[in-house]
Amino acid sequence: MNPADAIIQIEGVGKTYASGFQALQALDLSIRRGEIFALLGPNGAGKTTLIGIVCGLVKPTSGRVLADGHDIRKDYRRAREKIGLVPQELTTDVFESVWATVRFSRGLFGKAPDDAHLERVLRALSLWDKRDSKIATLSGGMKRRVLIAKALAHEPEILFLDEPTAGVDVELRREMWALVRGLREQGVTVILTTHYIEEAEEMADRIGVIDRGELVLVEDKAVLMQRLGQRQLTLFLQRPVAALPPELAEYRLDLAADGSRIVYRFDGKDDPGTIPGLLRRLLASGIDVRDLQTRQSSLEEIFVGLVGARR
Amino acid sequence: MNRHAIWAIYRFEMARTGRTLLQSIAAPVISTSLYFIVFGAAIGARMEQIDGVSYGAFLVPGLIMLAVLTESISNASFGIYMPRYSGTIYEVLSAPVSFVEIVIGYVGAAATKSVILGSIMLLTARLFVDFTILHPFWMAGFLVLTSVTFSLFGFIIGIWAQGFERLQIVPTMIVTPLAFLGGSFYSITMLPPFWQQVTLFNPVVYLVSGFRWSFYGSADVAVAISFGMTCLFLLACLLVVWAIFRTGYRLWP
Repeated sequence: MNPADAIIQIEGVGKTYASGFQALQALDLSIRRGEIFALLGPNGAGKTTLIGIVCGLVKPTSGRVLADGHDIRKDYRRAREKIGLVPQELTTDVFESVWATVRFSRGLFGKAPDDAHLERVLRALSLWDKRDSKIATLSGGMKRRVLIAKALAHEPEILFLDEPTAGVDVELRREMWALVRGLREQGVTVILTTHYIEEAEEMADRIGVIDRGELVLVEDKAVLMQRLGQRQLTLFLQRPVAALPPELAEYRLDLAADGSRIVYRFDGKDDPGTIPGLLRRLLASGIDVRDLQTRQSSLEEIFVGLVGARR
Repeated sequence: MNRHAIWAIYRFEMARTGRTLLQSIAAPVISTSLYFIVFGAAIGARMEQIDGVSYGAFLVPGLIMLAVLTESISNASFGIYMPRYSGTIYEVLSAPVSFVEIVIGYVGAAATKSVILGSIMLLTARLFVDFTILHPFWMAGFLVLTSVTFSLFGFIIGIWAQGFERLQIVPTMIVTPLAFLGGSFYSITMLPPFWQQVTLFNPVVYLVSGFRWSFYGSADVAVAISFGMTCLFLLACLLVVWAIFRTGYRLWP
């Protein structure tokens, strides 16, 4: 990637905590301007540590990070102005009103009051009607929105969402996805961590997989799905067969124990033209197909395969 | 300078004060009024004058200092400890603010509260005893200086504390004894010579003595020394706060 396209450049960033635990090993990563980047990894992989370092909450042991060209330690003011963070935990003030807390956030990040902007943010998050409510009286999902509103109060160019939909119901999750897409349309770069792979699959342009403090891979989602995704074709037969005809041996076929189904597994690299050929040859061998079903492996399976292989 | 941030933190803290008005202003005013009634009016009537000042009047600066001291510590320590405890401090630590701005916001608000408290107590005391203020400018100066110094001290405790118990330990185990033995209720010249020497190691002596001087023009310790020692303590607190942010102690893992 051309360095000019990178809005965040992480160079050799490592972190060893005082306890001796090495959370990150010299990690390099560039985030493109305007993309949605999903950081996937099991619990304890180092996702939150990495975000903490970029946002200034954790001191890196080594390496450096540039946010829009500004070193996050030497030029922390310029760097941090551009970043908004939605933390994983629902950490909110309890006695403050929603309105007071978003005003606080905006001021804290050095921006002059702009009630019109805050109103837009609250409306976009369906919080406008709750603006005078004490945060303590809100539901968990509403508190999550308040945290997002706080992070957007200062009009950041980069938004970190650490596990944005953990413990959030389906409806709110869909709303959040829509919100994140809306932000991208406005040019905001979004980095989200999640272990809901469905989320990364749904939203991300690129995916990074982190495990035990190491970046295992970074790839365009589509490429990743194609390269590592398994596809499967199941053929339901009119009449059960006892065995597969020998002339079909070149295909990797599996016959179900009761002889009623044939399963064909292939991956993104295989020629898609093989399927019609297979069907023709089955018919020629006197095997009638009643129904068929295709299935593509989800990112979840890819992820489990990747991380599992390292164990 | 990120003045929007300072103002945001300051306003946030002052709003918290507004919500806890009973606890932070009314409670100390009531307990101090009780001191005035018991020691000033009831017992004080039978006490001799000290340096030509009635005991009730003598008590006024001491009691105000006592309350300002303890409230500064408790306010400022709570102000920074709560966000650490609840986790909301992430926002301040990830914001484009320097430690100077953070300290001005939090400590400034705690000190403001203490100055307001001291002023209210001064007015309340006037209802119980007659007193004069010879050097109002110095009186205000000592009040502000003490409020700022001990709010800084409280801020340090709030960062150091790892639990609510520790938050209370320093104020109750160290500060309250020092405040009581610092000449709030008596002139240190009333002590035996040995204890007079020992007492000079107590920083509160200088605060109370300087503050009392601004009222009545007489003091246990020369006012210049009082002023110097208070400034020294302020400087020490500033140094510790600087070191905390420099090293990231308890704030940045």
